[in-house]
Amino acid sequence: MFQEYDVIVVGAGHAGCEAAAAAANMGSKVLLITMNMQTIAQMSCNPAMGGIAKGQIIREIDALGGYSGLVSDESMIQFRMLNKSKGPAMWSPRSQNDRMLFAGKWRERLEQTPNVDFYQDMVKSLIIKNGKASGVLTGMDHEIRSKSVVVTSGTFLNGIIHIGEKKFGGGRVAEKAAIGITEQLVSLGFESDRLKTGTPPRIDGRSLDYSKMEEQKGDDEIVGFSYLPSNKISASAQRSCYITYTNQTVHDILKTGFDRSPMYTGRIEGTGPRYCPSIEDKINRFADRDRHQIFVEPEGFNTVEIYVNGFSTSLPEEVQYEAIRNIPGFESVKVFRPGYAIEYDYFPPTQLTHSLETKLISNLFFAGQINGTTGYEEAACQGLIAGMNAHLKTKNEAPFILKRNEAYIGVLVDDLISKGTDEPYRMFTSRAEYRTLLRQDNADLRLTEMSYRLGLASQQRMDAVVEKRNGVESIKKILNTVIIDPAAVNPYLESINSTILTEKQKANKIILRPNIDLTSLMEFIPGLKNELHPYSPESLMQAEIQVKYERYIEKEQDLVQRMSSLEDLAIPDNFNYEKIAALSNEALQKFKKIQPRTLGQASRISGVNPSDVQILMVYMGR
Amino acid sequence: MQTGWKDTIAALATPPGVGAIGVIRVSGKDSFPVINQLFPSKDLEEVPSHTLHVGHLKEDNEVIDEVVLAIFRGPKSYTGEDVIEISCHGSFFIQQQILNILTSKGIRIAKPGEFTLRAFLNGKMDLAQAEAVADLIASNTEASRRTAIQNLRGGFSNALQQVRDEMLSFSALIELELDFSQEDVEFADRTRFYELLKTAEEKVQHLLYSFKLGNVIKNGVQVAIVGKPNAGKSTLLNALLNEDRAIVSDIAGTTRDTIEEQLNINGILFRLVDTAGIREHTDDVIEALGVERSMEKMKHADIVIYLFDISTITSEEIHSAIKQFKKAGSKYLLVANKTDRLSAEEHASWKNFPVVFISASRGENINELKQSLFEMSVENSLLGNDVIITNARHVDALNKVQESISEIKAGLDNSVPGDLLALDIRRCLHFLGEITGTITNEDQLDYIFSKFCIGK
Repeated sequence: MFQEYDVIVVGAGHAGCEAAAAAANMGSKVLLITMNMQTIAQMSCNPAMGGIAKGQIIREIDALGGYSGLVSDESMIQFRMLNKSKGPAMWSPRSQNDRMLFAGKWRERLEQTPNVDFYQDMVKSLIIKNGKASGVLTGMDHEIRSKSVVVTSGTFLNGIIHIGEKKFGGGRVAEKAAIGITEQLVSLGFESDRLKTGTPPRIDGRSLDYSKMEEQKGDDEIVGFSYLPSNKISASAQRSCYITYTNQTVHDILKTGFDRSPMYTGRIEGTGPRYCPSIEDKINRFADRDRHQIFVEPEGFNTVEIYVNGFSTSLPEEVQYEAIRNIPGFESVKVFRPGYAIEYDYFPPTQLTHSLETKLISNLFFAGQINGTTGYEEAACQGLIAGMNAHLKTKNEAPFILKRNEAYIGVLVDDLISKGTDEPYRMFTSRAEYRTLLRQDNADLRLTEMSYRLGLASQQRMDAVVEKRNGVESIKKILNTVIIDPAAVNPYLESINSTILTEKQKANKIILRPNIDLTSLMEFIPGLKNELHPYSPESLMQAEIQVKYERYIEKEQDLVQRMSSLEDLAIPDNFNYEKIAALSNEALQKFKKIQPRTLGQASRISGVNPSDVQILMVYMGR
Repeated sequence: MQTGWKDTIAALATPPGVGAIGVIRVSGKDSFPVINQLFPSKDLEEVPSHTLHVGHLKEDNEVIDEVVLAIFRGPKSYTGEDVIEISCHGSFFIQQQILNILTSKGIRIAKPGEFTLRAFLNGKMDLAQAEAVADLIASNTEASRRTAIQNLRGGFSNALQQVRDEMLSFSALIELELDFSQEDVEFADRTRFYELLKTAEEKVQHLLYSFKLGNVIKNGVQVAIVGKPNAGKSTLLNALLNEDRAIVSDIAGTTRDTIEEQLNINGILFRLVDTAGIREHTDDVIEALGVERSMEKMKHADIVIYLFDISTITSEEIHSAIKQFKKAGSKYLLVANKTDRLSAEEHASWKNFPVVFISASRGENINELKQSLFEMSVENSLLGNDVIITNARHVDALNKVQESISEIKAGLDNSVPGDLLALDIRRCLHFLGEITGTITNEDQLDYIFSKFCIGK
């Protein structure tokens, strides 16, 4: 009934979809197995993509040839570039999306991807022979063979949902949990543990009084995520979000439910996401704050459903209801469904290599929440990497590994496999030590060529990168030659309270000033506008950033250079750490378990001290 | 104590040659079993650690020497391994004989720095401390020994660790502000950070000042004596040197001009430069030699002594000399000679001048002059318990720290966005980390372990 596949992907969430698409686009025959064909690419939590650090990840996925950027662009109902007032490393694209449209666009893309087959069934175990994964066994007892398997189980492995004192099995509300895989893998020697996450109530937008809230509009210009032209809504068609706040009354009501909270009565064993806490966690941990922000986010164009961002909770339903209707604007609220907490199995990611293949079983790859992460973007990028490497593995080719100075994705994978995580891992810009290099505006320049060489990023993408790269160089040359006359530019400078010029200056020197932007400058200098006219806004923006922040970019590159002696010093495979009895016991155990590839990675392992790294370095050097 | 090395190493730890005693250091798992065979009077396996034992060192019933053994059981030893130090008589022959016996028993002669390398790899010291060991061995005055010891105890790393910790905590606040800018987090307090930066900058500045002292301690202070003919320069030179004859040596350079005399004041070495000219009574005068020559001379000196005959000098001359020193950026000391020719009233009229009064020919107040030289050379840095930098690599990193602090401050002044500020803070933390050993690079390791000699 089934052919032998190159890659089987288990689960069709953000990770699974990217994995299937990447492997298939590289040429693998792929089977995507999901428990429910109707819930492919669900946004299980908030209807939004991107944000700080996460927006950068979507840009990277897009640059590598993944679909998340295109799908987000095609389903957005609002777009904002966050942090425009900060330096370019912080500019972060974020969209609100139509939940149904998002899932629909994903399914459409996958259905149009040659080499992707679908099957609806639960995978209850993996076929493993001689320490190698070679297929799956489904709930309907089908044995399906493949060369590689990617498991993206999300919250489904032994998922348990909690609402107050109620508790039931499930991978999402109204969906069954998946059982079998954890038990099998643990019997093979894998370590597994429990994590917890939660989601807020969904409510009826018709029952809200928006006049009591602050409106949050989309940007006037929609930049989007994809470097390819994509079909986006017009700026005027965007939907607004709204901001309101909790208050002391809300907090007091919530507290009355604490004795029935699964969190505080010990019924939930898993650790929750510290950076995306439930509302009960927030009032507990930040007891001195008398209010917390609530974002009211529409779930789509054609629905009244509202997502109450900031109000994730697993308290009893009646407590949720009493508390939420004391939020300004929520007085007459009608709840569609309550918030809940969900516990699920994950496999501490230190059991993986940089390619996201498990160390214990070859040709088996994990991506997404199974690795202890939280967030669609984190899941999607792992799916992409796992899918690419699952394909490469079937061809016996070297794995695709991104370095920490090349991509947020590189930071994420390296963090996971070197440090592990015991709470849901979320990406932050501060996790990237070279933030200024890893900007949302240059992901294509950083990554597309690598992916193109591996056969994933399309010719169209590569052509666009070449054009952008050449454009940027030409623009920088023009900026270095055009001389600006004080009389022409001073009216502009005065209008933005910038010191006026007393003598002629090159355009690239004027751009260094903090408040100046190239587009406005062009309006005042016709000569400049004429010369720059042929170039795309994308290239102009890129050139402007490279000129304006050159000094900072150089400083960061200098740091990369300084650390390269550590980063590039490879530790041989199967290095015998036991030989170095001088290592601290903790470092010895960690090194043996994690088997770092480089001295740089060794230095990032938690519990490893600088002295351990120095010892290793001296030892290897002699 | 079981460590990573299978072999046991030995080396002469005192300078080779004839002396009162010589010390042979042995480290490794065989040090006890091997030396126990050679030391019949006691069972070394039974004696407590950190004890001394007198007895004969014998091989084949033949006494090699009467020795004192210092016993250190690992990990409480220099290397962290079992260590025995054999104090024998300071004869080249005896030392060689003992080493030969040890090597015949399977102990190998240590490579330069190997004891310290083992100490480092066994976690007995960090990099800065290992570096200080190298400095300590090379120390040639009391003060340089003291600074090296200070660094050995981690004083230097500790001083910077504090700066780094404070900066890390602010950096965490900035990062929080950046990553949670969409949620209502409080902004990191820039004013408080500015204060912190100022403190950090002072500390770094202080350490950099201390390098000047550290340098002084390691390399000595260059002193030039200038003045008109007959001001008494050669008499002063003799007066300064005579009292220290025992520890003064002449080092002849390749040219007459580089001949210098050395003088030790309170453990600091002073090099009296261009003394050749003074001794030969050439016309070594500001006016006579021209400004250029004098300026050149002053530029090379850390301190310039302007010596003048108090009975003939005019205030114009002094002012013009001071002007020259200031122009050259020299630290100068005004020294009035021939005070014996002055009447009590004349002497009193000079009382308010910042001048050291001496009579070189009578040797009067020479100690006061030395004290002034000493104080000038340690200005801005404190002796005693304070931490002193002696290492050019550290200075390099400290300069980078200082530079990045200036950049952070400039960023704060210009209200640059938090992410750019954070970049400069990260750089600063990086350079601090290079000094404290939190961040390692290969060059550093090479630098450190190549400086050692055998026996350390």
